[in-house]
Amino acid sequence: MLRTPHWPRTPGAAIRAAAITSAFIAILIAFLSPLAYAAITSVKTQTQITQANAPVLPSNPATFEYNGKKLNVYFVPLPDGTTKELALFKPGRTSSQFVDPSNPTAPPITWDGSWRSLDQPWQLAPEWGNYTKVWDLIDFPVPLRNTILIALITTLGTVLSCTLVAYGFARFRFPGRGLLFTLLLATIFLPGAVTLIPTYAIFAKIGWVGSWLPILVPAFFANAYDVFLLRQYLMTIPRDLDEAAAIDGAGSLRILRSVILPQAWPVLVAVFIFSFVYSWNDFFGPLIYLAGHEDLQPLQVALARFHGIYYQNPALIQAGNLMTMLIPIVLFAIFQRVFIKGIVITGVEK
Amino acid sequence: MDQVPAILAPSNPALRRGGRLGRLGWPKMSAIGWREARHGYLFILPWIIGFFAFTLIPMVATLVMTFLNVTLAQAEPLRFVGADNWSRLFGDKQVWDSLSVTLRFAVLWLPVSIVVPFFVALGLNSKAIRGAAIMRSLFFMPYVVPFVAGVLVWEQLLGDNGWINGGLRLLGVENPPSWLFDSTAIYPALVLVGIWGIGAGIVINLAGLRGIPTELYEASKIDGAGAWAQLRNVTIPMMSPIIFYTLILGVVEVLQYFLVPLVLKNGTGEPAGQTFFYNLNLYKTFFTYQELSYGATMAWLLFAITLLITLVLFALSRRWVYYAGER
Repeated sequence: MLRTPHWPRTPGAAIRAAAITSAFIAILIAFLSPLAYAAITSVKTQTQITQANAPVLPSNPATFEYNGKKLNVYFVPLPDGTTKELALFKPGRTSSQFVDPSNPTAPPITWDGSWRSLDQPWQLAPEWGNYTKVWDLIDFPVPLRNTILIALITTLGTVLSCTLVAYGFARFRFPGRGLLFTLLLATIFLPGAVTLIPTYAIFAKIGWVGSWLPILVPAFFANAYDVFLLRQYLMTIPRDLDEAAAIDGAGSLRILRSVILPQAWPVLVAVFIFSFVYSWNDFFGPLIYLAGHEDLQPLQVALARFHGIYYQNPALIQAGNLMTMLIPIVLFAIFQRVFIKGIVITGVEK
Repeated sequence: MDQVPAILAPSNPALRRGGRLGRLGWPKMSAIGWREARHGYLFILPWIIGFFAFTLIPMVATLVMTFLNVTLAQAEPLRFVGADNWSRLFGDKQVWDSLSVTLRFAVLWLPVSIVVPFFVALGLNSKAIRGAAIMRSLFFMPYVVPFVAGVLVWEQLLGDNGWINGGLRLLGVENPPSWLFDSTAIYPALVLVGIWGIGAGIVINLAGLRGIPTELYEASKIDGAGAWAQLRNVTIPMMSPIIFYTLILGVVEVLQYFLVPLVLKNGTGEPAGQTFFYNLNLYKTFFTYQELSYGATMAWLLFAITLLITLVLFALSRRWVYYAGER
């Protein structure tokens, strides 16, 4: 999709290339630093977060096991002018005994001075247990299962209905087609609030509020983005084969199934992935339709609820965030070309 | 997915190709033509049903509700109240305050949401840059992060011990703002959160830039145009349809903005009412207080404002949006 870069031919061009590339790398590092923050914070203990002058990475003051006891390690300035990391063995007010972690069998070293004035080195100590803790606290399998099921069913509905509708718009001539297609696309511009209230009221009246139905059912009635994406693709498939099949007596549905769909799988994959991630990331629908039904809520609603209780424990919140974003990010990493192409088609094509 | 095709461009083939209603009603069609049409309608039927059930009828119902006294519990008997909801709306200070919150945020956010992706895309499109494809993907990535998770990352980043203020202190700022608790810092904070999701905008702008014929740049170079003149006279006019659609969609979205502050501030509108956005007000009216008719009235006001702004932008677009192939 991208043109191959020309390698710079002059020193000036090389400097320009280096300058703009490194500027953008810097911007990207800043842009993605929130993810690094979340990852690092998610494996910190509460003390590691609150302790003063702590390094960025999750760290504890270094310790050393000596004869079954945990000794604190300090930077000790030695008489020869060097500083060594030694473990405090026998603290004293004016003179203390240290052992050398690199040579623990040697006799203890006596150092004159107050050990309290010494600095401690840091030791990397990630707290992986935060993840299992959050897993249990959120009862993660329940919202995870809900999210996956909701995403799969809405995706199924979206792919099915949008394929049929796109096929109708792409392959058949009928009066009002242009107008209807424009109307379909115009729904993208409609503020959701103007349809929300009666829809909610009706769903409440027929007893659907508090179930997945208000989220699942509309997915089976097509949406503008995915119909547009599919139609654009179907229009590029030559008609020769479907005409040949029609002459052989194949009906419209059979042509769709055995001629069009086998050629359209790249766009079907795109719609599948889009729809899955879109559903995974939907918050407002589940928020209003599943309020109070914790056993039915998907991850994001569960996460918001978890935040309401554990907001004072940043590490747990970040562990929950990462667990929620993992699958969409992995899907994106695998299907990034599909994603970007889909965004380009729905965003740029005329 | 928050970008649209340029459907309303006069060049939109959907508006030209096939199937317009004839001037004298239904066109004369052969039997085969009718069969084809019947199948076409059948295939688009799911959308037609959905359009009626989830768009058109609810829209009209919302309008009808503005003249009734519907609540979720319906303690009073249902009746026609004339323009009561509307006159209450026009006298409701909270409505106008929340509208002003939304508009003030929109004035800050819209330019950022258009200019930042444009310039990032411009940089990524530069001939000198290396690794543009990977960078494009990485810029896009936060866009797929589930919304609540993203907001909760930013809540801590913007906190007093977060990296933003840590970075500002490193740069020598002694009292960095308390982003989420200071009524003057909250909008910039929300803009920062918003910028994290501009990946789609970058991708679209970049695709648009790649679509500009290189001959235009070569010709302008021969005419002696510098980088700035090229940007002004080639890039921006050629990109104007994309900028225009980003703008229209941005307007529709920003007027409905409220979910980020809903998660951050739990719907309290803190600090000092600065996050009591119009749609939060609407959401509370309908969902918390269950005043459906009054909520519907607020929804129609929002719709009318959106429509008005969109129409004005369309009218103005003739002056600056350039469709290649039109003239």
